[in-house]
Amino acid sequence: MKLQTRKRIATLGVLSPPVLWALIFLFIPYLIMFTYSFYLKKFPTFEPAFQFGNYAQLVTDAQYYQVLFRTAKISIMVGLFSVLLGYPFAYFLVFKIKSDRVRAMLYMAVIVPLWVSYLLRAYTWKTILGSEGILNSFLVWSGILDAPTDIFLYNQFSMVVTLTYIYVPFIVMPAYASLEKIPRSLIEASKDLGVRPLRTFWSITLPLSSPGIAAGMTIAFCLTFGDFIAPALVGGPNGFMIANVLTSQFGAALNWPLGAALSIVTLLIVLTIISLSDTLQRSGKLELE
Amino acid sequence: MVTIDQSDNIAAGTRRPLMDRIAERSGSDFLITLAGCVLAFLYLPIAVLIIFSFNESRTLTLPLQGFTLDWYSKMFSNADLLAAIGNSLYVATFAVSLTLVIGIPAAFALDRLSFPGKTVFRRLILMPIALPGVITGISMLNLFRVVGFNLSLETVILGHATALLAVTVTQIYARLQRLPRSMEEASADLGASPIQTFFFVTLPNIKAAIVGTALICFTLSFDEIPVTFFLTGRDNTLPMYIWSTLRRGITPEINAVGTIIILVSVVLIVFSVWLLHEPKKD
Repeated sequence: MKLQTRKRIATLGVLSPPVLWALIFLFIPYLIMFTYSFYLKKFPTFEPAFQFGNYAQLVTDAQYYQVLFRTAKISIMVGLFSVLLGYPFAYFLVFKIKSDRVRAMLYMAVIVPLWVSYLLRAYTWKTILGSEGILNSFLVWSGILDAPTDIFLYNQFSMVVTLTYIYVPFIVMPAYASLEKIPRSLIEASKDLGVRPLRTFWSITLPLSSPGIAAGMTIAFCLTFGDFIAPALVGGPNGFMIANVLTSQFGAALNWPLGAALSIVTLLIVLTIISLSDTLQRSGKLELE
Repeated sequence: MVTIDQSDNIAAGTRRPLMDRIAERSGSDFLITLAGCVLAFLYLPIAVLIIFSFNESRTLTLPLQGFTLDWYSKMFSNADLLAAIGNSLYVATFAVSLTLVIGIPAAFALDRLSFPGKTVFRRLILMPIALPGVITGISMLNLFRVVGFNLSLETVILGHATALLAVTVTQIYARLQRLPRSMEEASADLGASPIQTFFFVTLPNIKAAIVGTALICFTLSFDEIPVTFFLTGRDNTLPMYIWSTLRRGITPEINAVGTIIILVSVVLIVFSVWLLHEPKKD
């Protein structure tokens, strides 16, 4: 009896700080945002209401749904290009590198940039791609171009390059983990049965590592979807993404209800993608068993 | 080619592996080239940043002009910049402490305890890792406005601690799962209270993971923009300072700051990754 009470007190002591924190700083803020999304804008602030006008505006006003589409497009492209670069790299590490030490070092070499200042890495692309930047001055200096061009920066191209650069490591990690888990015996069996390497890859390695690809692409997609640094630095006038619109709604445009509605929509899109990818990965795992 | 004089059957049987070998070889070459390109892609910008921090010219163009340490000395005499670095150190230190104090029990609860609403709790805590940082920032801004808090470095600390909670919980949880229960059970059998067990058995065993997580969180907080953007008052953190100067134009001074940040964070990160992956003995 006494032990039971002591245990219960200990449990409560462990549990209550994080639960309270999650309640105050996560649950209530999201709830407030959800409430705001039904409010009415009334200059300079807003007034309580219950109406769907903000959501309707997101669907009917071209300015908003176009940004949503553009953000989705860029996120998908970044996800794809990151996989095209990151997956072969992970494959190379798992199947082609014989030494464990070299493999660990190369893996580390990819992971380290992930944690190194995101802002600085994004900003460096601005200095590389700009019209007075390194790429241009190199092209002019080497005689390939007569004059600097401005086609590299402030468009969707520069945004996809910068974001792909940032999210490649996010693909390498899960792709590596899932490739490493594939039993070598399966690949050897396929080889022994006379199946070509490429076909072995298509019918064994690729399907079995697809959960890793899905996980990586989901991360790249979701993080790109909410990014506001890259668009602001290298995106230019046509490069605005959702996060930039959000920022302006809570700043200069001062339309908090609309911003809240857009936040909720973004939140729902991201959560849907995550749960879809979860289901996909789970069904992929079943195949393996 | 070697098998031309042999019968068709054998030729077919040997030609195929040869072609396969060629295919595999060229496949390997392709992979090596691609891996090299990926690494170059990842490190080129970092190299550019470091090289140009020592370049004499004000503009970031090729060819290089000459070696100088001016940008570094300029940086150390820039009062705003130094204040921003101080602010960032203050924010990162307290945010990391808070996130550990909250995150370790949270990870412990998720791993060892069963309680009603556990799934909701886990989803809620992990939300900031998946959601855009902007949304975490805005939703906390809403909260502070409702309760009437003035924005300051302290609100930034609360924001960072909340956003980093997801990272802390994932890392510590992963470590706890690898920790054998037997030691804790032994401790309980020997009459230690749950609290004694936690502080004298569990905590020392996950020490490396805690330090590793703290270092990662520190670098993340030191670099954080989206949450800070909404929650800061008049004071700037370092990334916010860099952000606002970037919008005005690029100066090599930023490259000097960047070089130092990158060097320090690479050291911290390599160290923390080593700490987080070290325990294989158990």
